[in-house]
Amino acid sequence: MGLDIRWPIGIMFSLIGVIMVVYGLATGGDVEMYKRSLGINVNLYWGMILLGFGVWMLLLASRAAKAAAGK
Amino acid sequence: MYNVQLGFVDYAVLAIYVIAVVAIGFALQRYMKSSSDFLTSGRSIPAWVTGLAFISANLGALELVGMAASGAKYGIATSHFYWVGAIPAMIFLAVFMMPFYYGSKARSVPEYLKMRFDERVRALNSIAFAVMTVFASGISMNALAKLLNQLLGWNYHVALWVCSAVVLVYVLKGGLTSAIYTEVLQFFMIVLGFAPVVYLGLKDVGGWGKMNASLQTVAQNPMALNLGDKPYPADAWTSAWGPLMGGTSTNPMGVDLFAMVFGLGFVLSFGYWCTNFLVVQRAMAAKNMTAARRTPLIAAVPKMIFPILVIVPGMIAVALTSMPDKGYRIPPPIVSEQVYDNAATVVKASASLDATAGVEAVAKAIGKKMDSAKVATLLKAAPKMTDTEIKQGLYNAIAEYDYDGVILSLVKKYCPTGLLGLALTALLASFMSGMAGNVTAFNTVWTYDLYQAYIAPNKSDQHYFWMGRAITVVGILLSIACAYFAAMYNNAMDIIQLVFGFVNAPLFATFLLGMFWARTTGTGAFLGLFGGIGGSAIFHALTTTTSNLDASGHVANGMKGGYLGLVQKFPSEMAQNFWLASFAFIICLTLTTVISLATKRTKTDEELRGLVYSLTPKIQDEETAWYLRPATLGIALLVCCVILNIIFR
Repeated sequence: MGLDIRWPIGIMFSLIGVIMVVYGLATGGDVEMYKRSLGINVNLYWGMILLGFGVWMLLLASRAAKAAAGK
Repeated sequence: MYNVQLGFVDYAVLAIYVIAVVAIGFALQRYMKSSSDFLTSGRSIPAWVTGLAFISANLGALELVGMAASGAKYGIATSHFYWVGAIPAMIFLAVFMMPFYYGSKARSVPEYLKMRFDERVRALNSIAFAVMTVFASGISMNALAKLLNQLLGWNYHVALWVCSAVVLVYVLKGGLTSAIYTEVLQFFMIVLGFAPVVYLGLKDVGGWGKMNASLQTVAQNPMALNLGDKPYPADAWTSAWGPLMGGTSTNPMGVDLFAMVFGLGFVLSFGYWCTNFLVVQRAMAAKNMTAARRTPLIAAVPKMIFPILVIVPGMIAVALTSMPDKGYRIPPPIVSEQVYDNAATVVKASASLDATAGVEAVAKAIGKKMDSAKVATLLKAAPKMTDTEIKQGLYNAIAEYDYDGVILSLVKKYCPTGLLGLALTALLASFMSGMAGNVTAFNTVWTYDLYQAYIAPNKSDQHYFWMGRAITVVGILLSIACAYFAAMYNNAMDIIQLVFGFVNAPLFATFLLGMFWARTTGTGAFLGLFGGIGGSAIFHALTTTTSNLDASGHVANGMKGGYLGLVQKFPSEMAQNFWLASFAFIICLTLTTVISLATKRTKTDEELRGLVYSLTPKIQDEETAWYLRPATLGIALLVCCVILNIIFR
């Protein structure tokens, strides 16, 4: 079927990653909020991982699309 | 006890996920031109997609919630459901069975049975499977709606209908392809949503070594935490094979080695992974034979490491419960806010009573077994406490556990706003992938194996395409009806699941003989299956568990077996189930063999070509590099599996 699933996966995780990173930066000073995650700003760090994963998926999808266009 | 409050960010994450899965359905709509496109994906999907969908369709509520619960109850021995009860069967499916399923051009597992045997075997399998998938879907959705109600305070009916509607939209638009594609997305969502919870939990207990040390202390005196009624060897929660080798009394599962290896590792696991159309359908949607055979092998890789994601949280929960300074306990059974209010009033009124009478009054008010020492302490301190503090004290004093609440309790403990939305979305994704898997398997079996075969044969393809979509709507509505049924009639649901267990137990024997012995006849297979189902029912009626016997040695609950007499007592329900499956398999295998030898073959060798191992030309993988051939990959996976078993022995 003509849809490369890596596009929606990449877009979704990039969006979620951006939201979590921005929220993590905005709430970074809230010590009370991050007490439950053992003092780690999980939104910032995990958001960056999700964003990285999303961008990687988008790169894979665009590379596959370029390869398919050449064939 | 208290609902979780979601923030704007949590809802944003949830909304992005819902939009993504619905968008996939709409994007695929234009490719749906025939019943084959809608119900079998036109056999066009690459192996990595079908492989992840294969594992994701199995990654429903049972996996996430149930395996975390088992991790708390049995420790690392729960990994037997993966390293013994899944990986070998997935490799067998890839190497030996997919060539027949895919090569025969069958559109479903029941259709393969029709090609190999006859219409009777197909009818029996397809009717049982169709009913079973609808009930399984309903049970899962009921659990989801209940969870959302208890965790977030969402209305049960709204949660049930909204989640079902999302699944309906994307399956109705894009058919099986949509379900498979969203399952891949859901796979990543589940892994990335729960991984931080496991990391934070392990960090909190002080790492793997500290967790194991805590669990070893717990194993030697589980009574202290109300986790068991007798002491176990120190490695009972931290070793997969050691306690099992010691016999049924030395492992919390109460299972012996034969039942584990033959009952779970062969009969039940091969019966599920090699014959259940829900998972096999994903491999049958692959774009060619090589992709179809690689599908279960690709799925086996994440399956092998999933225990970290789904079992370790249960072990973390037990370790945390044993550490008083962590302020955590495995959640007690759900008690309504009103009952807590009444019990708090009783606590205040009982503060002047003597300790024993006070504890009894509080236990009666809560309706659960209570920790006497904790209640006595609470009664003493009650006059100086607020209502909220008293209710928290009552929550901590309940001496029973709701193990199914383990994973959510850890999410509540460790996830601040933001990560909380991600974890809850992962939970929703697991339920949706399970429901979509059931619905797509149901609509294919209904359309091809029941409707086209018996109700309306010889119609146009467009007619079956229309029927496939119509039955998708019906399937979702039936699932919702089953969810309400499960919510209202818990005991009836237990009976239905018990019957499904009887039907499934002997199934692999039929497939094994059908694929590897050309002499097996349709009559032998049909009567053998019935014999196996009957054997299951009789076995259940004559056996029970030791915990199901009252003081005078009589059976307390007939639902747990032994209602016709008592031939054998098992240490646990799990042991009884594993032995029941073994018994049913042997009965079915024997009956099918004997009846096949006594009846005439109705299929010629020519008709069985491509359906039976000895009559089918072996697939030549010469054009594939030796290290990419299914047999090589299967051996490599098996070696990894053995290594994992040795590491955690």
